[in-house]
Amino acid sequence: MIEVEGLTKDYGPRRAINNLTFEANSGEILGFLGPNGAGKTTTMRILTGFMPPTMGTARVAGFDVVDQSLEVRKRVGYLPETVPLYPDMTVFDYLKFMADLRHIKNAEERVDDVLDIVHMEERANGYIGNLSKGLRQRIGLAQCLLHEPEVLILDEPTIGLDPAQIREVRTLIREIGKQRTVLLSTHILSEAQQICDRVLIINKGEIVVEDTPERLQAGLTGVQRVSVRVQGDGDGLEKLISGISGVGKVISNQEGAVEVETPPGKDLRPVIARNVIKGGFDLLELKNIDLSLEDIFLQLTREEPEPPNTDDSEEMP
Amino acid sequence: MRNVWIIARREYKLFFISPVAYVVAFFFMILLGWFFYSALRDAIIQSTYQPYVPSVQIIISPMVTLLLFVMPAITMRSISEEMRMGTMELLLTAPVKDWELVVGKWLGAFLFMLTLLAVTWIFPIVLNFLVKPGIDQGILLTGYLGLVLMVASLVAIGVFVSSLFNNQLVVFMISLVLVLIFWLVRPASSTTGGLGSQILTYFNFIDHYMNFFQGTIDLSDVVYYLSITSLALFLGTVSVEMRRWR
Repeated sequence: MIEVEGLTKDYGPRRAINNLTFEANSGEILGFLGPNGAGKTTTMRILTGFMPPTMGTARVAGFDVVDQSLEVRKRVGYLPETVPLYPDMTVFDYLKFMADLRHIKNAEERVDDVLDIVHMEERANGYIGNLSKGLRQRIGLAQCLLHEPEVLILDEPTIGLDPAQIREVRTLIREIGKQRTVLLSTHILSEAQQICDRVLIINKGEIVVEDTPERLQAGLTGVQRVSVRVQGDGDGLEKLISGISGVGKVISNQEGAVEVETPPGKDLRPVIARNVIKGGFDLLELKNIDLSLEDIFLQLTREEPEPPNTDDSEEMP
Repeated sequence: MRNVWIIARREYKLFFISPVAYVVAFFFMILLGWFFYSALRDAIIQSTYQPYVPSVQIIISPMVTLLLFVMPAITMRSISEEMRMGTMELLLTAPVKDWELVVGKWLGAFLFMLTLLAVTWIFPIVLNFLVKPGIDQGILLTGYLGLVLMVASLVAIGVFVSSLFNNQLVVFMISLVLVLIFWLVRPASSTTGGLGSQILTYFNFIDHYMNFFQGTIDLSDVVYYLSITSLALFLGTVSVEMRRWR
């Protein structure tokens, strides 16, 4: 559905994205993760036909974004980062205007439908200027659903929403993503973890890693960690667990609690539990510690620390 | 083509919500009324000395001047506002061709100006009651035809300028300067000058209006206004296209 090859975009001397290659298939929700300024918005703008790339090609729904821009734009629903709304129009008029521009038959019915999807029917005749940020976001979402696009491109769709709305929008996106291709950018990692089938981490215009959220977690950590907590001060617990075959390093970080490294793909929790109880401890807690996407993200996008500046004469008074 | 109409319709409706359009229309009508009043007063004074009948030109002539100033105010937010609000991203990612957007923007503002012109018909009608045997309808018609053509090209220039900058004030000032150049700049003598002064003479907005003002329609004047309109709309389209490449 989305095929990107060698995509590069320069803003003057600055290279915003460099040689991006990826694809997204039908019915897939692809998460686009990266810190601010990584090139997420630029990539999306190219894919929606807003601007052409400096180099490389991109095809959306089988059409080239430069040569067949209009065909691409007919098939893409796009929610830009700053939701483009006319504050002096009513919600209904705005959506009707967009529906007309997209030559939708029975435009008014369709507007009612999308308002229903984003739960905004009762606000249809209110002016957009009077709406809160969260409601505006929903209208933006309604706007990009109008023409039932094959591909949805959402730039930070949950930004500025309250927790309940975030959940709602995420459910909505998952719902939509069942039949369509969704490319969404976010810098909230748990969001990518929750919604996306596949995650693409990009930093400084280049793809750092591309995988499913689960595999990312497993693959990057190399080892799995299990935390064990027992009642009391846990004297001798460290020694006991170290004795179990297959267990790696054991770190005691708190009284009555240890962290155990175990090889990936092997669940040693039952063995540990049996041994701990057999050893006479009262087991309180035993769980896998997940390295969150947050950690992975930081690991991948971390900048090398710059060498300390030895010449500090300028800072001298 | 349908997109042009959809965009124009929204644009036209927006003028009736926006305070700027009302303020501009208000001052336009007030000033025009004042000019009309003082012209009538002068005519009455003059007619006490000798027989004198004011023609419809007493309305058309101040209108030409006023329109030159009204246009920048009406078109200043046309495209620049879309860019400032980020809605340009919406329009440029909708299946709309760049020229459809520009022409739609122009058509909306042009229709608004036509509405304004239609309201000014009050003055000729009032004058028609005041003078005997009524006003010269030929001059009235050619005068308004000329106005419509002039407004079309003025609005096109305004839309073009507003496609260049995001700031409305900048757009307003530059449109005004452009109009003043078209209006005032002319060589000392149009017959003796070289190519440069001939071009300047050709581009003068008011010179091309004189024939309409005197009641005749010269095809070359019609062509002049239509070419300015299409040229400005073409440049506007190019400018929107250029924005994509930035």
